Amino acid sequence: MLLSLAPSALPIGIHGIEKRFGAVSILSDLSLDVAAGEFLTLLGPSGSGKTTLLMILAGFVRANAGSVKVGGEEIITMPPHKRNIGMVFQNYALFPHMNVFHNVAFPLKQRRVSAADTRERVAKALDLVRLQGLGERRVDQLSGGQRQRVALARAIVFEPRIVLMDEPLSALDKGLREHMQIELRTLHRRLGMTTVYVTHDQREAITMSDRIAVMNAGRIEQIDQPEALYARPKTKFVAGFIGESNFIPVECRNGSVWYEDRKLRMNDPAPSAGRHLMVVRPETLRLVTDAEQAGALNMLPAIVGDVIYQGDSFICYATLQDGRQVTLRDYCRSDVLAKLPAPGEPITLGIDAQDIVLVADQ
Amino acid sequence: MSIGSVSLDRAGRPDAVLNADALRADARRQALGLLALLSPGLFLVFAVIIVPIGWLFWLSLFDQTGQLSLANYARFFEQASYIRTFATTFKVAFAVTGASVLFGYPLAYMLSQLPRRAASICLIFVILPFWTSVLVRTYAWLVILQRRGLVNSWLIDLGVIGQPLPLANNFAGVVIGMTHIMLPFLVLPLYASMKTIDVDCLRAGMNLGASPAATFRQIFFPLSQPGLASGVVIVFVLCLGFFVTPALMGGGKVIMWAMRIEQATSLYSNWGAGAALGVVLLAVTLALLGLFQWLLGARATGVWSSR
Repeated sequence: MLLSLAPSALPIGIHGIEKRFGAVSILSDLSLDVAAGEFLTLLGPSGSGKTTLLMILAGFVRANAGSVKVGGEEIITMPPHKRNIGMVFQNYALFPHMNVFHNVAFPLKQRRVSAADTRERVAKALDLVRLQGLGERRVDQLSGGQRQRVALARAIVFEPRIVLMDEPLSALDKGLREHMQIELRTLHRRLGMTTVYVTHDQREAITMSDRIAVMNAGRIEQIDQPEALYARPKTKFVAGFIGESNFIPVECRNGSVWYEDRKLRMNDPAPSAGRHLMVVRPETLRLVTDAEQAGALNMLPAIVGDVIYQGDSFICYATLQDGRQVTLRDYCRSDVLAKLPAPGEPITLGIDAQDIVLVADQ
Repeated sequence: MSIGSVSLDRAGRPDAVLNADALRADARRQALGLLALLSPGLFLVFAVIIVPIGWLFWLSLFDQTGQLSLANYARFFEQASYIRTFATTFKVAFAVTGASVLFGYPLAYMLSQLPRRAASICLIFVILPFWTSVLVRTYAWLVILQRRGLVNSWLIDLGVIGQPLPLANNFAGVVIGMTHIMLPFLVLPLYASMKTIDVDCLRAGMNLGASPAATFRQIFFPLSQPGLASGVVIVFVLCLGFFVTPALMGGGKVIMWAMRIEQATSLYSNWGAGAALGVVLLAVTLALLGLFQWLLGARATGVWSSR
């Protein structure tokens, strides 16, 4: 039998959260809805307020204003120990004076669960994180990945309504981190608990999340599914924070978009008149050799600066007519490799009309 | 055979033992060098610890006529006053240690929870008396606690009591004075260990459903135990050999071990008896330290090793 959390997964409604430390505003009028059973990631640079928001959800930081509702019930003034929210801390925060079993049994002990029930549920939780039989181990006898799993088992063993995770994988080395990302995602799919996950690692956010809220300076810049966030960033910050981007200044006049003296074809409707930035991902730029397929592509002449071979792919740095550097990335297929340009060579870069995304130039 | 030349050595062994002799000689040179660097410290330990204690032990084996005998040790079992002193010493040590924990634990807890600036200011108030002479502090207590002292005259003026309370020149006076002097020895290690407790551990406790009181009982207190244990051991051991405060505050009614040693040497000029008292005190202290280590050490090391 599994721990079944799905029926108790609840939505979270966050509205109008304000948080100031003295004169410094950390969060301003922040609102966010998390669906029941959703895996939502708060992504942002350090100082963007994502951890503060998580602390407000857990009840460790008191907001200056706002509302947090879990399944319709207001919890903003509820003390942390009554919130019934599981949390995985960045440094795991395992109790060093207890063994693995007692760490995981701790929340059950607080809830006066019988000894027999406790044993059964702890065993199941340890099973779930693949630590079966390690109950008697001391915390300091565990590896980083194992501690991470104990912290996770402890956060879900009492079947909380919501699970919060504060950069739980940041202390692990790269290989283990990637492995745990997949494992966490699988576990979430299996248990279906509403999860709010904090990270500054955009790749991690994209790998794991149902939706990502990109935070900057105490505000949510954009909240969307990973694919939409990557392909259609709404602001320069989002485009720059998620993935790599070339920003090319363009101008909109008479209902069409111009780069220098070239009119650009694009699928999205042209925005308001004035200056904008075109967001071009390195992998959407193409080396156009002949006059092939010119029909659908926008052409930008450039001079090759350097070509860097990276095994599976190569990076080409090129300079546009206006002197702006752009980056192009493509896979090393034999047909592409055969036509790789040399430094100093004039080339034509192509951008598909559907890949053009414009953001405001701040 | 020189470094850098790949060849056979004199015995004709191949490259596998290349420079083996030179490397072994180098290791020996390094070990000797380290020993030479250590020697001043070793000499100091020998001169100020091993020699005096050996001498003390040697002295304790001679009676007043200069004959080799165990008379000095036999006295412990024959004279009731020795046994009384022994009991008093332990009673005072237990009472002072208990009072220090009672006052010191909440104080250290408060210090550990204060913001850094406020904590360092408050710590100065803990350490300041520490720098003042024990004699001065003991006399100050005598002034405060005596029959017509500050405490008694206030309480009588306020009408709380009719007769002055016996606070000085007795057991209570000794415990009050010694507790004041011992408090920093408990608070400082305790504070240090409380500061290392991870705030996230306490947050995790509350997050998992433990009330603030339950979090304190189940997480904070157990994690502060190593510091408490070392503070208790320091205070207890210092109490066993304490002299000035019981001598002044006890009014001659509370005779502790160290006062007995003083009597034996300066009053009766019986160095053998004094030395025997010293040896027994040392042995009892070491036995107690061993007991503490055995009782608390396992748990304490269990906590420390995970950091």
